[in-house]
Amino acid sequence: MDQILGNISLLFEFPVVNLKIIIDGVMIGALFALAAYGLALVWGVMNVKNLAQGDFVIAGGYVAWYFTRQGVPPLFGVPLAFVVMWVIGWVVYKLVISRVIERDLFTSLLATFGLAIMMAQIMNLMFGSDTQSIQLKYDTLYFFDGFVDVPIAKLIGVTLASSLAVGVILFMKKSRMGQAIRATAQDARAARILGIDTEKVYAFTFSLNAAICGAAGAIIVMVWVIQPFYGISYSIRAFVIVTAAGLGNLPGVIAAGLGIGAAEQYGAHIFGIGYQQAIAVLLLLIVLLYRLIQQRRVRQSLN
Amino acid sequence: MKKSIFYTVLLAIILVAPFAFPDFRTQLATLWLMIVVAMTWDMTGGQMGYNSLGNIFFYGTGMYVAALISIGMVHDVGSYNNAARSELMTFTDAQYFTGAIIGIIGAGLFCALTAVVIGYLTFGLRGPYFAIGTLGVAIAAGELVANWDWVGGGQGIALPVYPGNLDVGKLFFYFLFAGTGVALFVFLKWLYTTRFGAAINAIRDDEEKAEAMGIHTLRYKLTTWAMAAFFVGIVGGISAFQLIHFEPLETAYQTINLGIFMVVCVLLGGKGTLWGPIIGAILFHVIKEVTWNYLLGWQWVALGALIVVTVVYFQDGVMGWLMHKKPEWFGIRVEQKEAR
Repeated sequence: MDQILGNISLLFEFPVVNLKIIIDGVMIGALFALAAYGLALVWGVMNVKNLAQGDFVIAGGYVAWYFTRQGVPPLFGVPLAFVVMWVIGWVVYKLVISRVIERDLFTSLLATFGLAIMMAQIMNLMFGSDTQSIQLKYDTLYFFDGFVDVPIAKLIGVTLASSLAVGVILFMKKSRMGQAIRATAQDARAARILGIDTEKVYAFTFSLNAAICGAAGAIIVMVWVIQPFYGISYSIRAFVIVTAAGLGNLPGVIAAGLGIGAAEQYGAHIFGIGYQQAIAVLLLLIVLLYRLIQQRRVRQSLN
Repeated sequence: MKKSIFYTVLLAIILVAPFAFPDFRTQLATLWLMIVVAMTWDMTGGQMGYNSLGNIFFYGTGMYVAALISIGMVHDVGSYNNAARSELMTFTDAQYFTGAIIGIIGAGLFCALTAVVIGYLTFGLRGPYFAIGTLGVAIAAGELVANWDWVGGGQGIALPVYPGNLDVGKLFFYFLFAGTGVALFVFLKWLYTTRFGAAINAIRDDEEKAEAMGIHTLRYKLTTWAMAAFFVGIVGGISAFQLIHFEPLETAYQTINLGIFMVVCVLLGGKGTLWGPIIGAILFHVIKEVTWNYLLGWQWVALGALIVVTVVYFQDGVMGWLMHKKPEWFGIRVEQKEAR
């Protein structure tokens, strides 16, 4: 208890510490937002709740890590992960997801949960259960007498993440396929009548989602660490963000992503690093309860 | 008449099994554990239509509550759990058994109580939100307990070993699990024929209409979940004493193991039927043991694949398949079209 109070008072004594926490939070939050955007895309277009989202992220990280070990320059890991995860996403769609789209909501949740277990275990068998990362040979920038340290690698990661986000947004707004995806999300039946091959749109959307996650994972492996079983916490965070922001609300997803990143860093600072996972999950519960209270119907009874 | 013979034979098999296969006593006890958690999951998931992914929360909580009660009756809990395993804290035989019995029952009651509290907060959530919310509760509980030093933190709790002959101990735990299972079966068989059973089925079929018909849905949902939690808490408590040592993330709040297995058992056997969860649990347990023995290393991948295949291709389960093929076994009369 004393330690928690001490940690809180530290925030007020040295305001720059806040700055460091927020910078860290925003950087990691940008990557959460990417995964969450993919989730919102799949959820909105084909009404599938993908609990394997985090495992796509981790798989992308392992793809980048594997190619870097083979001598490929680290920054090329991001496009490589994008392409490889696209293919994996397409295979997963054909094998599993295409058969659960029309079913009830719990089916997709459970099927992707099984998928998440499978993917985590396959990665565990292929790459071992140790944490892995790619070390980039860049300096660290220091501000405010060394209170705030910003590794250039993280800056590169954030730049890559935001350019990927901008690319996806432009694609969704401008391209023919993006229009078809948005039309399908609005009304799949009407889209079919108007000649859109919705089956193709679904396959494309799911592959795109996997690819976005994979690229996010390739960035994560450069600035943090990955481990086969870290997937579920990324899935949970994606759900927190989407639940808080709502579907089809892109600015909301970005804001919520950055917010949860900062909230987690604050939580880890105040309560200790051991609580980081718990904080992500508790945020989910808080968001769900908040939505529930917001939408609570007034139950009236006649006595 | 035929039915009473069937049940007598079944009861005889249950009683004789641990003596006929003495090497498999622990396996059989685990099978009963699976049957109980599958049946309790079906109470809310199959009969009431609320698919929880967090029922494992009650299993873990039951373990901890049973262990803490039985320790707390004799020793100081904090110092017991942080004794660094060097200072030996002993239990007499009488202390062990009274602690175990009171702890297990206390675990059931505590879980029923927490189910009411958590249910009150989460039962407004519908469909996938309920599943994710309950999953969140289970994961959060595991993480918080792992950081709580008073209950042993990430190390978990080491309980005393069963006093006396270990083979007798295995029988003791087998019959505790089996007794809980039989009691639960009898209870559910009765419950599903009452008005209460009809009411929760109505909630599953259409909650709005059920409410309009005057069913106080929240009350029914809370009662059902509390009853399910009671039984899960009890088997959790028994598991704590059977396993001797347990830790929070992999054993107690094992979200991705037992937490998902119970759902798969129910789906494999057939959702919303009395016998489905039992058949599913037996099938699943057999498949699990076979893969564990023959696919060393890949067993988890095989189980994940089993989950995906069950959910995607075989969601009606064995009972659903039988109902489709042999409707007359279930008293469903199908109008035969006369061939002309």
